[in-house]
Amino acid sequence: MMRWVEVDGERYPATQGEQLRDERVVDGARVWHPRRSKAAAALVKDVEMPLEDARVLYLGGGAGTTPSYVADLARAVYAVEFAPSPAKRMVEVAETRDRLFPIFADARDPSEYAPVVEEVDILYQDVATRGQAEVAVKNAPFLRDGGRAYVVVKARSEDVTAEPAEKYEEVADRLGDVFDVDRTVDLSPFYDDHAVVVARR
Amino acid sequence: MTPWFERGTDADAVERAFDEGGEPAARDLPEQAVEEGVFGTREEYYDALHEATVEAARRRVDDAVDTAERDVINAVRTLESLNEQLNEVDERVRDWRDETGRVPVEDVVEAREALEEGRDETRGFIEERTPELAPNLSNLAGPVLAARLVALAGGLDELARMPSSTVQVLGAEDALFRHLRGDAPPPKHGVIYVHPYVRETSADERGSAARALAGKLTIAARVDRYAGDLRPELADELDEKIERIRGRDG
Ligand SMILES: C[S@@+](CC[C@H](N)C(=O)[O-])C[C@H]1O[C@@H](n2cnc3c(N)ncnc32)[C@H](O)[C@@H]1O
Repeated sequence: MMRWVEVDGERYPATQGEQLRDERVVDGARVWHPRRSKAAAALVKDVEMPLEDARVLYLGGGAGTTPSYVADLARAVYAVEFAPSPAKRMVEVAETRDRLFPIFADARDPSEYAPVVEEVDILYQDVATRGQAEVAVKNAPFLRDGGRAYVVVKARSEDVTAEPAEKYEEVADRLGDVFDVDRTVDLSPFYDDHAVVVARR
Repeated sequence: MTPWFERGTDADAVERAFDEGGEPAARDLPEQAVEEGVFGTREEYYDALHEATVEAARRRVDDAVDTAERDVINAVRTLESLNEQLNEVDERVRDWRDETGRVPVEDVVEAREALEEGRDETRGFIEERTPELAPNLSNLAGPVLAARLVALAGGLDELARMPSSTVQVLGAEDALFRHLRGDAPPPKHGVIYVHPYVRETSADERGSAARALAGKLTIAARVDRYAGDLRPELADELDEKIERIRGRDG
């Protein structure tokens, strides 16, 4: 279950689960800090994310930090990461969460993990690379009808000189081909030049 | 498409399923597995999937880390060799030109250019791959020095296990042996000498700077080996430390 806890006068989300390295614990709950996780930043910025008991496809799992929080809430989390060093840590994190399934693969080629990933309620993506929209589009078939997509856009991944707002719009446009785009939420002040596009299948 | 559980219920099955692939689609795989009688319940399905994906991912990641490490080590040794060859050829060609005013064998000039191209490409490869293998070490040392340290230690694992006093003198083995024989003072630094924080620190404080740098590099190597995420604060801490050391003199 997700809770909200007060830390230094701010309200942050928190989850119940085995503690990982150097995170804060308040009242027995793991503080999900909006500066350490874009999903937490989105939650603090009032993005509704029905993670509880959901089946989640998580693209760009990194070292497993955010996936660990998601796995505290969800029924099943499929976390895809393609860089060996963070993936190594993600596998260790997955060992502490029995519904976190680590997948060492390139999210640009979802056919590789198609025999393992089931229908999901939520597609969450934080890959911070060129062609971010394309990755989400390729993985859209895993999402059930009415399922939700959260696509983190890093403006500078696409083009260092472009205006962030223009980049967000471009990504949202492309997502519009396969999703119903709901809105784009800027993640400042927690992350500069980052936004999350919220969409529905 | 054949779902993973129709190939078995362990990591081998998951690996075979990855190799085979399939069409992405929204399918209730736990339901299907239960219907086919492979598992009694959805919970059993998830338990088996967890064990299988963790093991399969671990195998593949370990393989990839291993390959990445070999690539980086071989590339940096090749880079050193190419640099030596280039220096040698340059010296020969300079002598030749000094004596006769020209170098009448065109292929020599071309060979030199090819060496240079090979060197630049090898360096580019190191700059791309080392941060993937060791993001924090690369961030602090720069990719080429990071790769040299990994190569001298014989691997990231080995580097992460070394005390920082050993990291400090990696590459100065000859000087270390002379010292151990009683013929020389202990070396203050090995290859980390090429780092601006050592080279550009005044001679008086260079030993302290080398010790501080080696300390942070050791931590960075451990984070890379055991955690894997990039922690920019390590570089900030090092910057501060060096500033303090340099502030002591003058
Ligand atoms: C910003 S990090 C994710 C951090 C993570 N979401 C967290 O908060 O803990 C982006 C990650 O996406 C990964 N990535 C980028 N492109 C990818 C791809 N095509 N397939 C899989 N992973 C990818 C990168 O290696 C990196 O680890």
